[in-house]
Amino acid sequence: MLRIEGVSHSYDDRAVLRGVTLDLAEHRIGVIGANGSGKSTLARTLNGLVLPDEGRVSLGEWDTRRHARHIRRSVGFVFSDAANQIIMPTVAEDVEIGLRSLRLGRAETARRVDEILVRHGLDGHRDHPGHLLSGGQKQLLALASILVTEPDVLVCDEPTTLLDLRNTRMVHRTLDGLQQQVVLFTHDLDLLADFDRVLVMDEGRVVFDGVPADAIAFYTKLMDDGPTPGRTS
Amino acid sequence: MSVVGLYVPGAGPLYRVAAGPKLLALLVLGMVLIAAANLWAALATLFLALVLYPVADLGARRAWGVLRALWPFLLAIGVFQALFVGEWTEGVRLCAQLAGLVLLANAITLSTRVGEMLDLFERMARPLRHVGVRPDRVALVLALTIRSIPMVATAWSAARDGYRARGLRGRPYLLVVPVIVHLLRMAEATGEALVARGIDEDTSAASAGRP
Repeated sequence: MLRIEGVSHSYDDRAVLRGVTLDLAEHRIGVIGANGSGKSTLARTLNGLVLPDEGRVSLGEWDTRRHARHIRRSVGFVFSDAANQIIMPTVAEDVEIGLRSLRLGRAETARRVDEILVRHGLDGHRDHPGHLLSGGQKQLLALASILVTEPDVLVCDEPTTLLDLRNTRMVHRTLDGLQQQVVLFTHDLDLLADFDRVLVMDEGRVVFDGVPADAIAFYTKLMDDGPTPGRTS
Repeated sequence: MSVVGLYVPGAGPLYRVAAGPKLLALLVLGMVLIAAANLWAALATLFLALVLYPVADLGARRAWGVLRALWPFLLAIGVFQALFVGEWTEGVRLCAQLAGLVLLANAITLSTRVGEMLDLFERMARPLRHVGVRPDRVALVLALTIRSIPMVATAWSAARDGYRARGLRGRPYLLVVPVIVHLLRMAEATGEALVARGIDEDTSAASAGRP
């Protein structure tokens, strides 16, 4: 289980997380909040991309500060701009490179790559340049490249922000079918309707924690009440 | 086909040869051609390279594309040899040799997966471990170098669109700063993705950068 204990973090003198404490045990957890509320920083603490100034983030017995390698293998991370996540020239090669550090052997690597490409409808594009795919296909490739390593948890930081409705639904269906625990940071409230738990963030704190309908109603009211002074991005 | 002239899916005979033997054959052929300095050998190489494209399932159009990109250089070399050295046959030999070898090198690139090429470079870089170089990093740097080509094109295109949208004209130097900023952001995001995907395993110090 992902556990966040008293996590605070600042960029220069701007506090972005203020004493966040959470146990993330549910299968599907959504996190919503305005720009600058601390969502992306919280997301990045979950697989050690950001080490908090104070507090601790752990998965089971592993701590993001001391067991970064284990954490990154167990907590997959998907960014909003999939284009920056594509490293290798072709689709199959991009999926395969994530497996190199696992040293699985050629046959097992090829089997896993084939399986994940078929599962996500990318097998017809295996030799195509990843950067020439459509926005939705790029995001599917980013997801496939992470899922091929079989992480226990998938953290998605606004994965549908740059996508149109059709591609958003495609990503939604993909996330829906996953066995892994999913922690989804998003502005897209429709994605969260069938989630187990939704957190609302504001000014670096979790200000609401409950079922989707209540959380969305709380968030909507929070936004209707007007912008928080001092929000910068 | 990739915009950076890389692997093109196919099933011709060249695809069935491993990257190492292909590169070794090209190296040996290049050395023999230079050592022999023979006009007929150079012309034969050019002929073979041109024939190889359709035979290897790469298509004659790709060979033509290479020659089209090369012709200004070939012309310059040929004219220089004819005018200043006075040996037009030497100009023909140099042009044929250069065109033949570039065509063959391109055929190898088109018929070899980048992953296979990186594996080869990783193996070749293994002896460098003794002087502190990590072969996997050498391969990763090569992969990122290839990947950065379309990234630069994207950054340039985005900056140019912004330039035009604002009605600016005749001051192309104004594109330099936005292109650099765009590339730095892309590089930062790619670095973060490498760490997040566990590809950069030197994870002792995680980023404390802004999201």
